[in-house]
Amino acid sequence: MKAKVYVTLKKGVLDPQGKAIHHSAELIGLSQLADIRQGKYFEISFSNGIGEAEAREAAETIGRDMLANPVIEDYRVEIE
Amino acid sequence: MKFGVVVFPGSNCDHDAYHVVSKSVGQPVDFIWHKETDLSSFDAVIVPGGFSYGDYLRAGALARFSPVMASLKDFAAKGKFVLGICNGFQILCEAGLLPGALRRNAGLHFICKHVNLRVETSNSPFTSGLEPGTVLSMPIAHAEGNFTCDDATYSSLEENGQIIFRYSDEHGNVVETANPNGSRGNIAGISNLDRNVLGMMPHPERACDDLLGSSDGCDIFRSLTQAIEKVQ
Repeated sequence: MKAKVYVTLKKGVLDPQGKAIHHSAELIGLSQLADIRQGKYFEISFSNGIGEAEAREAAETIGRDMLANPVIEDYRVEIE
Repeated sequence: MKFGVVVFPGSNCDHDAYHVVSKSVGQPVDFIWHKETDLSSFDAVIVPGGFSYGDYLRAGALARFSPVMASLKDFAAKGKFVLGICNGFQILCEAGLLPGALRRNAGLHFICKHVNLRVETSNSPFTSGLEPGTVLSMPIAHAEGNFTCDDATYSSLEENGQIIFRYSDEHGNVVETANPNGSRGNIAGISNLDRNVLGMMPHPERACDDLLGSSDGCDIFRSLTQAIEKVQ
């Protein structure tokens, strides 16, 4: 079983890296872009035999306590 | 009196802090490896600058889980003094010992230069020997020093006098052009509500000798030394 954790900046938090990427994207001719926000993506693999509920709980714990800083970031967990 | 300097894998200002406490301030000091948990012999602990855990995940995010950090929380809760400098400030924010977070500099660059700081209050064990409005010169050296917090947190920092240093020009004017990294309200250093924990991005330990361009940083260590003497 695997979990995917997405960490994204909260709305309104300045993202200078996203802005720089946006600017560079415009330099290669992409003029229809309104905004680019940079985030982080994590893949967590679990040991065999773990149940979905347990995997979700573990992924939520690591997402909440470690991968995201709640002051500036949100996180989202997907299990597959 | 005894100072401690925490050493994480990747700390690189630990020896500077040790040198300043032992030579410039002339007080006993020991290193504290991040796996140690007994802080009972210390009166003040410095969390130094550097790149703990290589800044992986976020600056300070992984150091926060080192064994010494749980002890440091208890240490701070007892009213003992904690000074986080640069990466140390980032770690204290990640650990929840200080509010807010330090984001990537607004201009994206790593900035290494001398800046001016205005002392906002002398109601702090770290600035008790300084008049409010005093301008200190010391270096910054960081890529993630852009202090961020929500509106409610910012208001409470202001109302409770927890903003200890702001970036200013050489005359003490807090202006946008003196803000090196985009920090909200030009914030360079804040304390907790109880005032015994200070986090700051500039490096006072690199400004304790005129040979290095400034000795203004010594005032902070001297104030702290006096504060420790007072409670002893």
